[in-house]
Formats: sequence, structure tokens, C-alpha cells
Amino acid sequence: MLLPHFRLPIFHVAFHAFASAAECRARAASAAALRFPRLRLAPHGIRGGRGRRLVGADRLGARLVAAMSAPVAIELTDASFGWHGHAALKSVSGRFAAGGMTAVVGPNGAGKSTLIKGIMGVLRPMTGSVRVTGAGRAGLAWLPQAAELDRSFPVSVLELAAMGAWRRVGGWRRIGDEELARCMHALETVGLADLAGHGVGTLSGGQMQRALFARMLVQDAPVLLLDEPFAAVDSHTADELMALLCGLHGQGRTVIAVLHDLDLVRDHFPECLLLSGSVVAWGDTATALDDAHLKLARQWLAGGRA
Amino acid sequence: MSLAQWVLSPFLDYGFMRRALAGACALSLGAAPLGVFLVLRRMSLMGDAMSHAILPGVAAGFLLSGLSLGAMMVGGIATGLAVALLAGLVARLTPLREDASFAAFYLISLGLGVLLVSLRGSNMDLLHVLFGTVLGLDDPALLLVTAVASVTLLALAAIYRLLVAECLDPGFLRASGGAGGWVHMAFLVLVVVNLVAGFQVLGTLMVVGIMMLPAAAARFWVRSAARQIPLAAGLGVAASAAGLLVSYHFNVPASPAIILAAGACYLFSIVGGPQGGLLRTPRRLRRA
Repeated sequence: MLLPHFRLPIFHVAFHAFASAAECRARAASAAALRFPRLRLAPHGIRGGRGRRLVGADRLGARLVAAMSAPVAIELTDASFGWHGHAALKSVSGRFAAGGMTAVVGPNGAGKSTLIKGIMGVLRPMTGSVRVTGAGRAGLAWLPQAAELDRSFPVSVLELAAMGAWRRVGGWRRIGDEELARCMHALETVGLADLAGHGVGTLSGGQMQRALFARMLVQDAPVLLLDEPFAAVDSHTADELMALLCGLHGQGRTVIAVLHDLDLVRDHFPECLLLSGSVVAWGDTATALDDAHLKLARQWLAGGRA
Repeated sequence: MSLAQWVLSPFLDYGFMRRALAGACALSLGAAPLGVFLVLRRMSLMGDAMSHAILPGVAAGFLLSGLSLGAMMVGGIATGLAVALLAGLVARLTPLREDASFAAFYLISLGLGVLLVSLRGSNMDLLHVLFGTVLGLDDPALLLVTAVASVTLLALAAIYRLLVAECLDPGFLRASGGAGGWVHMAFLVLVVVNLVAGFQVLGTLMVVGIMMLPAAAARFWVRSAARQIPLAAGLGVAASAAGLLVSYHFNVPASPAIILAAGACYLFSIVGGPQGGLLRTPRRLRRA
């Protein structure tokens, strides 16, 4: 395959032990602003204080202001989702605030993936409604579970990442140099640039998650929905991807992630949605994940709702 | 007799051989690329099921208006699509999986088809439908096969990216605003149309062979779908020519000879192909 020659610097992500969610966000955001030169352009005529040269925090500020001016949030009103007439997730009502960072937590079979699919529009709500404000579903990027993909299908890692550009190129338009550069850049960001030409079937579990992460970066959407992005990855990879995610949130993007690691959630996610067939708790992470709620979540799923 | 003579003279001397070659090649060019996608989607047996599913429609067309190409074509496409839709519907509404419901419907179709053919036709007619008349292709049949091959290749080029995305990650495609459902349907229509066009040439039973065997063989030589497609088409054309030559020189029936040539190609690929062929993976086998 012909690839243009890229000489973009690779930034090594070296955030392992973050003191706080806020610090993580600030540090990763400045790293991400470097990593996404395309995002540095001040949109809508917003300029930094020093005339044409935007540097460091100014760039980030401009990006944040731009993101705030176009708020995107997801609102669910008594929404139930399921398959074959059986509701896996009942009567969810609530709102994901624009620019928020929410973890979706719950035992197996709690309906976490179902919720994500419902928001993405892959699954129609059986009752109630899902409203995506702002750009609508075009403003949502999705990182599905790796198991949803047919990994034996012979496509390269680059081609998988390029799928993220679907909304811009569709089934027929050319994937130009700009899109290709964006894909390569995303692969470099997640550390897979060397494997761009390899088949997805040859990737390890962690590499696959990185590739899916790259595809989500290529989607370049204001709202990111991640379904178990750290499943089957080692702690080093999880740290790197988490830092990237914090960086994306720092740019003003809304992050909604299905996770299992409660410590990770407590460290990095200010808000949390605890599911167990329906909403157990939704709000501030410390409150949502207290012992009483977690016990309730286990009970609901084990014995059915009283 | 020199080799060049052996290869060329049958086609130079006889019009029916040239027609047979043109028909079989056109069929390979259209059907083998579809077979590549059937293999990649793990729907290899679908082609087989569909080829039986078109039989009652073809037979009904034959009953109503004799050996009319148009009537048999319309009937075949109608029952083929009906079986595909019904099987999909049963799989969606009941716990029965799609492959099982496909098998059920095509067996019903096969029974119905054979019954209909024998109601009016002789055994000879049944044999023609089942095994084709590659050496007796008339102009309308030849035009039909070549037209279908042309349309198939153009349509496949048009929906190629959609088809690949739909195979790889259907949920993501749907979430990205690319409607995946109609692509799958369009693909099924292409398969059915090719099978119906092909039954004139190789017969309903044999036409699946020229769809699947070159595709399965190509998989052992190259990795990407974009390379498997032209290779499969090429292998199909080669098998058609080889089969016809063998049929001519050794006085054996033509359509089984073509399928056996494609089969030989497949067997050789299993052994010698660089992508997972037996000779290339002795270590993996020993370890397992």
C-alpha cells in the first residue's frame, strides 16, 4: 500500500501516577493540544491574546471556548432498551451534560453496552426517547467492544482507523491526503503507526483497543462514547489511553465510558452512572459508588428488582 | 498435435465452443467476486442454499411458458429473494439461527422445484436445469450472462466500501449514518441474479461451484479482499477454459469438467498457497 511519508513527532505519554483527576486533565490536555495540531486552529475567529501566534494555554483556551459555545448533551426520557421484546435496561431518565466526563458502571448484564448502543441509535428505544442535542448523532463518536468486530476480515489497521472518517467520506467520496494524514496521526497518537499496514487479525488485544481508540480519534466528534475501552489491555496501555481520554476531555469534549475498574473511575471520572437493569445511581462519583449503592446494584441483578 | 493446437483449435473450429467459453468466462467474472464476499462473510453455504431456492421459480416459469428465458429468470429471482427474506425473517422472529432457517427453506424449495419440473417436463429437461447447457448457449442466454456480469461488477465496485465496512463492523457503520441493511440486501440480490443467469450455463447445482471454488482458492494466495476479487475472477476464467478443453478432448460433460477444474485449482491452493496453505504452515500444525 502506498503511504505518504510522515515525519510527525511522536509524543510519549508518560502519565502514570496522577495525583488528581484535575491534574491529569490539565497535563494531558496540554499534551493533546500538541498532538492535535489541527485542533489548534482557533475556530470562529477566536484569537489568542498575542495576535496571530497562539501558544500553550491560549490554544487550549480557544479550543475550550469553541467547545462551550456549541454544547452537546444527551437526554434520556424514560427510555428502555432491549432485544426480542425483553428489556435489558428499563426506564432510564437523565442527562449527560456537555463537556462532562461520566463513567458507566455496573455488574455484567446491567445494560451498560445496551445504553451505549441506544444512545448511538443502533438500538431503538422500546419506550421513551433519546435526544441528542447539538449536531445530533453526527456529533457522537463510538468505540464499541472489540468483540463486535469481525477481526478475521482482511483489512489493515490504517483502513480500520479510516472507518472513523465515515461521516465525512461516506461510501463513495475519496479519502484524500488530509484524511489519510489524520488517520496516520491518530495511529501515531495511540502508538500504532508502525503497524498501520498490518492486518487487524494480527493485533493483540491491547493493540486492537488502541486501533479502536485511533478510529474514535479520527471521528473527531464532540461527544465520545466508549464501551469497555480498557478491556483486555495491560495497565501500561490503560494508563496511556486514560491519559489520552483525559486530554480529549480537557479539550472540551464530552466523555462517556463503560468501565469495570472502580478505582480508575474514582480517580478520573467526576461523574458516574451506576446501572443494574435500570439506574441505581447517577451523579457525583463518590456518592454514586458508595457501598450502599454498589450493594443495591448487585442485589437488583441477582434477585430481580423488588 | 502441438500444445497450441490442443488449446486453440477447439475454439477456432467450433462456434459452440466459443460461445461456451464466452458464457462461462462472463459467469466467472461476475460470480467469483461475489463468492469472495460470501467466503469472507462466512456465508459460503448461503450460495448453495440460494441456488436451490431459485429452482421452484425457474420451474414455475418453465411450466407456464415453456423454455422462455424471461419467465424462468423472473421466477428464479422471485423465489430466490423470497427464500432469502423469509429465512432472514424467521431468524429475526424466532430463536432459530439464520443458517438453519436457510437450510430448511432451500430444502423445501428444492423439493418443490423438482416436483414442478417433473410435472410437465421430461427427465432431460430436469437434467438441463440441474446441469446446464453450456455447449448449447443461444444468443439471448449469452447476452443475459454477459449483461449480468457487467452489471454485477459495476454494482460491486459501487458498493465495495459499504460492503467491506458492513462485514467488518455493521454496528459502527449503522451508528455512523451508513445504512447497512440495504447493502446486505443489494448483495443478496446480486448473488441471486448471478445464480439465475448462471443456471443457463452450468445448471442450478453447478453454478455455485464457479462462485465459491475460485473464491475459496484465492483466499490461500492473497490477503486483502481487493486482491482476492481479481484473482478469483481470473481463476474462474482459467477453470472455465480448462474445463471446456478437457470436455472437448476427453469427451466428458462440460459443466462438471469446469467445476472439477476449479476444484483442482482449490485443492492445489490448499496445499501450495502462501496464505495458510498446508506446505507453508508445517510448524503450526506440528505444534497444534
